[in-house]
Amino acid sequence: MTSGDLQLDDRGQLRHFLTVEGLPRTLLESIMDTAESLTSVTEQTVKKVPLLRGKTIVNLFFETSTRTRTTFELAAKRLSADVLNVNIATSATTKGESLLDTIRNIEAMHVDMFVVRHAQSGAPHFIARHVAPHISVINAGDGRHAHPTQAMLDVFTIRGHKGDFSQLKVAIVGDILHSRVARSEIHALRTLGTREIRVVGPRTLLPAGIESLGVKPFYDLDSGLDGVDVIIMLRLQRERMSGAFIPSEHEYYTRFGLTEARLARAKPDAIVMHPGPINRGVEIDSKVADGHRSVILQQVTHGIAIRMAVMSMAMRHDAGEKTA
Amino acid sequence: MSQRIRIHGGRVIDPANQVDTRQDVYLADGRIVGLGHPPEGFAAELEIAAEGQLVCPGFIDLSARLREPGDEHKATIASESRAAAAGGITTVCMPPDTCPIIDTPAVVQLIQDKAALAGQLRIQPIGALTRGLKGQDLSEMSALKEVGCRAVSNATAPVANTLVLRRALEYAASHDLLVIVRPEDRDLADQGCAHEGPIATRMGLRGIPYAAETVAVAQVLALIEHTGARVHFAQLSSARALRSIARAREKGLPVTADVAIHQLHLTDEAIKDFDANTHLRPPLREASDRDALRDGLRDGVITALCSDHQPHEPDAKLDAFPATEPGIATLQTLLPLTLALVEAGTLTLNQALAALTSGPAAILGLQSGLLSVGNVADLCIFHPEQPWTLNGDTWLSEGRNTPYWGQTMKGRVTQTFLGGVRVFELNAR
Repeated sequence: MTSGDLQLDDRGQLRHFLTVEGLPRTLLESIMDTAESLTSVTEQTVKKVPLLRGKTIVNLFFETSTRTRTTFELAAKRLSADVLNVNIATSATTKGESLLDTIRNIEAMHVDMFVVRHAQSGAPHFIARHVAPHISVINAGDGRHAHPTQAMLDVFTIRGHKGDFSQLKVAIVGDILHSRVARSEIHALRTLGTREIRVVGPRTLLPAGIESLGVKPFYDLDSGLDGVDVIIMLRLQRERMSGAFIPSEHEYYTRFGLTEARLARAKPDAIVMHPGPINRGVEIDSKVADGHRSVILQQVTHGIAIRMAVMSMAMRHDAGEKTA
Repeated sequence: MSQRIRIHGGRVIDPANQVDTRQDVYLADGRIVGLGHPPEGFAAELEIAAEGQLVCPGFIDLSARLREPGDEHKATIASESRAAAAGGITTVCMPPDTCPIIDTPAVVQLIQDKAALAGQLRIQPIGALTRGLKGQDLSEMSALKEVGCRAVSNATAPVANTLVLRRALEYAASHDLLVIVRPEDRDLADQGCAHEGPIATRMGLRGIPYAAETVAVAQVLALIEHTGARVHFAQLSSARALRSIARAREKGLPVTADVAIHQLHLTDEAIKDFDANTHLRPPLREASDRDALRDGLRDGVITALCSDHQPHEPDAKLDAFPATEPGIATLQTLLPLTLALVEAGTLTLNQALAALTSGPAAILGLQSGLLSVGNVADLCIFHPEQPWTLNGDTWLSEGRNTPYWGQTMKGRVTQTFLGGVRVFELNAR
């Protein structure tokens, strides 16, 4: 069974959303179109639509998160679903309960959807294989593998500013090795026909065989940014210093930090993105993060619309099967 | 009880004696007493028809974890002895990483007693190279040898201190013990769970680079030149490490190598859907590695095929891929997957069976693995073309962790004899 088969039902509708890899371009466009139509909801005074009324969505977070969990929660509430937040990082598994037992127990509470974040790559795949057939699984980030809703909100943001992907050069900068966001963005950008995708960072932070994903590696920020339309900066986690990936924050900022001077290498209308949370003065200068080219806060807003789109689409599959 | 047995009509293949001919085999008192014609006055108590089948020495497996003592929730010596017998295997080497670890004569004797009680399999316990496999102090190798250990190994535990490694090799050499090395540099492997390359990168899995294997092989080869120890490299996974070993053998260093059978069939393509049954250590690598390892076996750089059998309870594989325990259960697929190499044209039938019999026997210095008159009657009879499906009816290992579950394979053992006693008979249950 491939990921594509696991994610789609017989009619090609979204059943689980585990990875962008292998999904057809039409589906990615459909997610963005749905998000577009839902954006108006979040701008109304009464920010609710009844699409998921009576449904129960469980945010299963095995790894802590503020932004992603909050936007998933808001998205679910705006779709009128009931939301349960389960923070397992401080709960059952630390008492020795297996992942499968945790899933079985919450499943027994008659829920309809799991939104899963897990430190291990492939955990949402595992859960999707073992849940009851009516339950949908949405990946909210697994290990270094995938963060598909983040990638979708990023391409949604890019589409809003730039339109046609076939003309775009995009640079993803920083710790690609540990980044699930980068992997999902690469798949989404590729599927949408992006002209050129670059990954920029020191060799210690670029994973082996990354070229096979259809990207060009650059080991130097200046040449990596040369003439690009979109710059996506990745967060550099402080623990990378102790892992002998880079010598110091200072050296990293000097070589790979995005400053106004460096930004000048990109196209004049280039936009700057970051999945957050940002480390000011480590990977990005505050002047750039808060500058007029930055769309970082728009990304957060778009996150809600994209997550509403994905959740409602995955649930549509469910309703369709029941009436069939 | 051993009987007087006549096995008639089978094609007898005995690579060690360069025999490949249709002839009858006569067993008595646990030994082979006649080939082609019976000894004088022989009256068979049991006649076994082997028409259309192959008769060959019982297989010798250089690495199988039977999980006892210590992990009886996964499997036991009794359960895995049954599976081995059903796979035509009559001797297995057990790595020392049991609990307790095989670093005292008492543990060796415990395992031998359990094996004798099960009565279906010879077990060669591999002694620990260092006490507790901790890589610090030498184990009492001489005492281990006295109770029957032919080889010592640190299994999958590292010997990080190169001075300890040097001394361990020297000490083993002074007792003429073979040292078995599963080459992996622990630091470079860095908690990886897949071959470092495009597929692991795509899946976001921590990679184990080629260098984890090549650095470990290079380090040990340098120390062999220094110490003269006999070393066997176990379960190779990469073309690069194989090339280093081939060069060392050309130079005349006393080194041998084996490969686990699944490494000659599967590649890292198999892990793409996070199937925990393809989570192995060493990891499945690229098609070029698989092909080079096949060539290495054909060209004689690798002289043994092992099962690297690692049965698990279901829970060990029910988790996210990196959190699952590595290894697959393989005792009954060793023969069919080896025969598949013959069908693929990689090996002749004789080469394939040599890698399961005379090859591993020579590495361990065993007198078995051949069918000479006077030899202990460890042998098996199999039907090379007969298909069978891996399912609850055919599978005898406690571990069902195999990516081949539900598939149909060709090549089925019909009878296995250990010391002249029939320990497995197909459909006899």
